[in-house]
Amino acid sequence: MTPELIHRLHFAFTITFHYLFPQLTMGLGLLIVMLKTVALRSGSEEWDRASRFWARIFGINFVFGVVTGIPMEFEFGTNWARFSQLSGGVIGQPLAMEGVFSFFLESAFLGLFLYGEKRISKRMHWFSAVMVWLGSWISGFFIIVTDAWMQHPVAYNRLPNGQFEVVSFWKLLLNPWGLLQYMHNMTGAVVTGSFVMAAVGAFYLLDGKNKEYGRIFTRVGVIAGLISTIAIIFPTGDLHGKYVAKNQPAAIAAMEGLFKTESGAGIVLIGQPNEETQQIDNPLVVNNVLSFLIYGTTKAEVTGLDRIPRDQWPSALPLLYYSYHIMAGLGTYFVALMMLSAFLLWRKKLYTARWVLWLLLISFPFPYIANTAGWMTAEIGRQPWLIYGLMRTSEGFSHVVSAGNGLFTLIGFMGLYSLLGLLFTVLVYREISNGPTPKAPELHAAIAD
Amino acid sequence: MMGFIWFWLVAVMIVGYVVLDGFDLGVGILHLFLPRTEAERRASLHSIGPVWDGNEVWLLAGGGTLYFAFPLLYASAFSGFYLPLMIVLWLLVLRGVTLELRNHIDMGVWQSLLDGVFGLASALLAIFYGAALANVLRGVPLGDDGYFFLPLWTNFRPGIHPGILDWYTVIGGLVALVALTLHGALWLTIKVSGDLEKRACRLINPLLLGLILLTVASLIGTIAVRPASLNNYYQHPVTFIVPVGVLAALACIWQFNRNGAPVKAFLSSSVYLFFMLAGACWGVYPTLLPATTGVERDITLSRAISGPHTLSVGLAWWLFGMTLAVAYVVFVYSRFRGKADADIAAH
Repeated sequence: MTPELIHRLHFAFTITFHYLFPQLTMGLGLLIVMLKTVALRSGSEEWDRASRFWARIFGINFVFGVVTGIPMEFEFGTNWARFSQLSGGVIGQPLAMEGVFSFFLESAFLGLFLYGEKRISKRMHWFSAVMVWLGSWISGFFIIVTDAWMQHPVAYNRLPNGQFEVVSFWKLLLNPWGLLQYMHNMTGAVVTGSFVMAAVGAFYLLDGKNKEYGRIFTRVGVIAGLISTIAIIFPTGDLHGKYVAKNQPAAIAAMEGLFKTESGAGIVLIGQPNEETQQIDNPLVVNNVLSFLIYGTTKAEVTGLDRIPRDQWPSALPLLYYSYHIMAGLGTYFVALMMLSAFLLWRKKLYTARWVLWLLLISFPFPYIANTAGWMTAEIGRQPWLIYGLMRTSEGFSHVVSAGNGLFTLIGFMGLYSLLGLLFTVLVYREISNGPTPKAPELHAAIAD
Repeated sequence: MMGFIWFWLVAVMIVGYVVLDGFDLGVGILHLFLPRTEAERRASLHSIGPVWDGNEVWLLAGGGTLYFAFPLLYASAFSGFYLPLMIVLWLLVLRGVTLELRNHIDMGVWQSLLDGVFGLASALLAIFYGAALANVLRGVPLGDDGYFFLPLWTNFRPGIHPGILDWYTVIGGLVALVALTLHGALWLTIKVSGDLEKRACRLINPLLLGLILLTVASLIGTIAVRPASLNNYYQHPVTFIVPVGVLAALACIWQFNRNGAPVKAFLSSSVYLFFMLAGACWGVYPTLLPATTGVERDITLSRAISGPHTLSVGLAWWLFGMTLAVAYVVFVYSRFRGKADADIAAH
């Protein structure tokens, strides 16, 4: 195992695990604001409890996001030192801004939101929920800006010592790649939030306990789910895909499994890319669709991998292909499920349609998989570049950290994160089985007094 | 000029982190032995519940600031201190998670396991932070390219090829351990009441005595390990006010604690931490990371500083953003001022 591979796995593993948490934080943040708003306007105690219930899950999720997020900022330096040395002047900037503009805001208002309900007014409590949501979305923005610069470097200047420096603050923040990716990614977070909320609602309805909350959660989850699952494909996914096609032809060709340049290129629905024979095995193809999706006409020519020098092919081509197909396949399923659920909700049959409730319940892991696969598509698609077109991944890792030391800490993280995964599941499961009706926590407080 | 400004801005972030996260680390260390009943343990944890993760943000914001203002330093130090940093990360993870679990799970046996891990992780973090600072003051074996890699220990002697841990950095670790324990105890005297408050009060003088001895030992040690640390002080004798300030702050803690002025005692302890860190920064300035392998290999301010555009762009948003951040911090602390609510079940 080469040091390069170890450092890549190290970052990939820790970031993948980390992002399981923020995607729910960001999606749920918005949904909690919706619950709180209804509660504030209607004065309904039920909606207030519903929002408090999700705030507890949000709180657990947030902490797991924080503790797995801290390592990320450090890993730029520990595992990717040469990259950091050269690019720090640019991407250190949005990373620091995340801390300064988002984390302070988020942590301050989360403290108020979770601990301070008795110390502040209802309106202020609602405001804290809004600020927490805003903080999480600002945080996402700065991370996307960071990634967007690696995908599509803009607004930089190269100093004599090889370092990059930023020349325009606004151009860095308003990188078109970043804006498109941001819309797509945040919609993805709302998909996760909606599915989780709908799944818990479905669980309560199926279980027959906390039915009144089951109805609230399913309703909010399905409505938000319908909007976000459509928006993730059109317009956000569509626009982002077209931009990738224009700027990273190698990535798009590999994602779609297009080995040969074609006009009227078809889209591969299923099939296994074969790098040796340079074709898709067992393909199921719909003609002309790929040309249409990218260029809006069925005849357009789409660049295949044959036009791209071999040393610029994404280095994990099959993985890239599968990531993209898993994301897109699941995305299609999401729309179908949410349309069906929304239709039944409208016909007032959803709360008793047990088989649809079952589908909603067991589907909650899929948005996590789709979001992860989406990020894998973006990051594997960028390979072999660390900064697209400017710096190769093989030039960026910490050369002073040997493969042995890297593997040591990677194994350490794997062990620690397995434990975290178990603990998280237990904690959230407890909250869900305790339910939104106040029993356990307040009783608890009474004993503590 | 930009170099000077950013050096001290990063220093301010570090001081902010140590002063703020310092007391919740201290409460964590004290959690090992000070609270005796379940109610006391809860009270002590509630005193940091709403603020601890905000305090940790200073570390992230400081790390990010270091990253873009001094990319070479960030890259070299973080990869060179690879192993201890990873251990610090694991400890931060364990600490955050055990604290959170502690607030949720309520099962006898597990409770004490979580308490133990939370306390130990806090104590080890304090030690690692102290040792890390001492490593920077002592210097590291930088190569020509500005990089190094340190093993966790070699023969426990500072020298050209030291380890992370040697007698000098261990003293640094102990100073941090005792200083932050004291800092946490002072915080508890503000935030809790009853028996727990009394016990925290009684702990202060012994801790203070230990801290005075260790502080003096660390000052002597620093001069012995890197005599050049005094250069700036001799050139600008007025800056000897820093070590005087350290001792004065220690005296104030004693005085205010005796007079029953816990807030002032806590602030004095913050001032102590501030002077210790500022004094250390001044001792190395304008070097950022001294080399044990020869002065010409030092990572200096001018060598590590980012390009001029980056720094001026950064300064604008940094000042704006940190003003906002300080406003949030003040707001939250003022909302939670006074004794902690013992009756609020954790979220």
